[in-house]
Amino acid sequence: MDKPKVATASLAGCFGCHMSLLDIDDRILKLIQLVDFDKSPVDDIKKFTDRCAVGLIEGGCANEENVKVLQDFRRHCDLLIAIGECAIMGGLPAMRNGIPVQECLAEAYQKGPTVHNPSQQIPNDPELPLILDRVYPAHEVVKIDYQLPGCPPPADTLWEALVALLNGKPLHLPYELIKYD
Amino acid sequence: MSDNLKVGIKNICREYGRDRSRLMDILEAVQGQFGWISSEAIDLTARELSMPRAEVEGVVSFYAFLHQQPTGKAIIRMCDGVSCNMNGGHNVADLFKKELGISFGQTTSDGKITLEHTSCLGMCDQGPAAIINGTVITHISTDTVKEIVHTLRETADPRKLVKTFGAGQNADRLIQSMVTNNIRKHGPVIFSVMEPFLALKNALAMNPAEVIRDIKTARLRGRGGAGFPTGMKWDFTREAEGQRRFVLCNADEGEPGTFKDRVLLTECPHMVFEGMTIAGYAIGAEEGIVYLRGEYQYLKNYLENVLAERREAGLLGKNLAGKAGFHFTIRIQMGAGAYVCGEETALINSCEGLRGEPRDRPPFRAQQGYLGAPTVINNVETFCCVTRILEKGAPWFAQIGSQASSGTKLFSVSGDCNRPGIYELPYGITLKDLLVEVGGEDAIGVQVGGPSGQCVSPAGFNRIICYEDLATGGSIIVFGPGRNIIEIAGQFLDFFIEESCGWCVPCRVGNVLLKERVNKILAGKGEPEDLAYLEELGKTVKTMSRCGLGQTSPNPVLTTLQNFRGVYEKGLKKPLDKMQRTFDLDSALQEAVRIQGRQPVHFQD
Repeated sequence: MDKPKVATASLAGCFGCHMSLLDIDDRILKLIQLVDFDKSPVDDIKKFTDRCAVGLIEGGCANEENVKVLQDFRRHCDLLIAIGECAIMGGLPAMRNGIPVQECLAEAYQKGPTVHNPSQQIPNDPELPLILDRVYPAHEVVKIDYQLPGCPPPADTLWEALVALLNGKPLHLPYELIKYD
Repeated sequence: MSDNLKVGIKNICREYGRDRSRLMDILEAVQGQFGWISSEAIDLTARELSMPRAEVEGVVSFYAFLHQQPTGKAIIRMCDGVSCNMNGGHNVADLFKKELGISFGQTTSDGKITLEHTSCLGMCDQGPAAIINGTVITHISTDTVKEIVHTLRETADPRKLVKTFGAGQNADRLIQSMVTNNIRKHGPVIFSVMEPFLALKNALAMNPAEVIRDIKTARLRGRGGAGFPTGMKWDFTREAEGQRRFVLCNADEGEPGTFKDRVLLTECPHMVFEGMTIAGYAIGAEEGIVYLRGEYQYLKNYLENVLAERREAGLLGKNLAGKAGFHFTIRIQMGAGAYVCGEETALINSCEGLRGEPRDRPPFRAQQGYLGAPTVINNVETFCCVTRILEKGAPWFAQIGSQASSGTKLFSVSGDCNRPGIYELPYGITLKDLLVEVGGEDAIGVQVGGPSGQCVSPAGFNRIICYEDLATGGSIIVFGPGRNIIEIAGQFLDFFIEESCGWCVPCRVGNVLLKERVNKILAGKGEPEDLAYLEELGKTVKTMSRCGLGQTSPNPVLTTLQNFRGVYEKGLKKPLDKMQRTFDLDSALQEAVRIQGRQPVHFQD
């Protein structure tokens, strides 16, 4: 029987959740015995090659590309899991929510204390995705099946969750893995 | 720092004996004198009272009627209650915005007029209504908005807008308000002739335990809505240990659709104060406080005068009514525009000069209430019933109404009916009979007990109004044909979102999430799973909030889901995919498209 396929994406995140996934260390060898990776930065596959059982989403949606990728994941994956604070709530990028887009761009490219931009030009290449009016958590754009909180979620959380899911068993996370203070 | 401010605040604080528990009065006096409460004023007040600045600012920022920004000379507080809006309040509000050229929460550039919203003024039977610097303006129409704005621009004196006075005591020289009573039905307990001071005389002829026994025999239960047996409440307080005891009267009537206490305070203040005095005698208290909602400021001078009359007649004060050793005084504590202060522990906090946030229980206020002393808190109407019971006797009272709900109840009726107003009817009446009485037979739904009560569909019109079936603090809002029940539930949620004190996360956040989901359904984007979501989240808010506000705040949604499920289901669509239909990429990109001057990038799927 074919191994179930897993896809991952980092949207408006910092790749910290993906780094945490790599923190499962040598268990990654076990993982690739259990699953095949499809579209993911882990194997650098850019487009879905097949339908996937699980999609892991890091980060919320800050720009139009994030939205397209997330919707693409929803179409190709049976289950979507939002991983980490940014995907679940918007996280640090969402600190711009409530500040008008114009002010955000001005602060980032014109007025910020560390900005050196004599031409005062705001990047506007036609290939650059436009930013959204605010940062949206993943579940406001598509339906999300599960959420794994943390910043990032510990490697053990990700491992336990994936193993439980692939074996069709309930997930029991010890307290240490879901407390954050 | 300006010397003026310094001297002013010093004097005000001295007037209240530098007593920090009187912070509400101090801040209101500061605002009265200087127009608003500046950061400097907060500093000075904190210093005068030897308390942390943050605590003073915490109180100022909590109450809607205390301003940390300069306001216009006239402040128009437009009622945003459901009943007012059913009578065209939205149109009036829009016209105010247009005429003044500002939005709600703003002040005109000439500094003359500030426009604000307020939750419910208690004028539901004569809306749309507004309060302008304490003066109530009722029956505002799109025709009168212009005149109001013109007058305020010219004189800044809203009293010029009052041309006729309402009936009864509303025309008293100390009230002179255009508010009308609209008493439609007089009953035996509240609205009938009373032999003056007989109740107090009868009470003082007994010993306190006998008074409480009479209240118990009458089977009197609290009229605020929860229906706790009054005699039992008094017993607990009487038995609790403490040097001082207090009697508090909850006149913070804020439940949208409730306005009976306004009429009681206008027409029967003696009955209220006498009831409080009797309670004082029964539990051994010497001090009483009436917590009067800020919206009823216009009644304050009148009520103060009634208290003065009673003092002069020897019915308040030392050894009152000739009873050696029984002393009782009453003072009025003004609220400042916070619905949650009707919750009794929040009310106590407010009386103590704190933020009006509810307290944890236990300790119960019968043991540790106002200033940590045993305290009885009753509704205005309950005190009126007490007075009548002591006048006419417990058996007389107990034979009115039903077994578990004796006596009569005041109903404040508003909405789509021919005869809105106040009705005194015995407990045990069916909703259907009440609707006939008020001229609302064609109702498609009735909100019983305000937003924290329940919305009843025609299938439930045979239900009986009493504590055992349909309990209510008196608010009855009738919805006629053509009203959108879900939209109304949404408006009630807005009310709770506005009035939540913010302490408990389920209440502060949960209600916002409920509203978002209701909006989704109203926008025609609802899906079957949304109803389960609303029910589950509503249950969480109900069970995880610590006070009555949070525990009842999801009721507008939960009771309409229960009684009007078909209305909800009609608007739902089965989803075709797993995308969120509420997310609209085009509108999310609108701002960026405008700023960057180009169209979105076309990504290949």
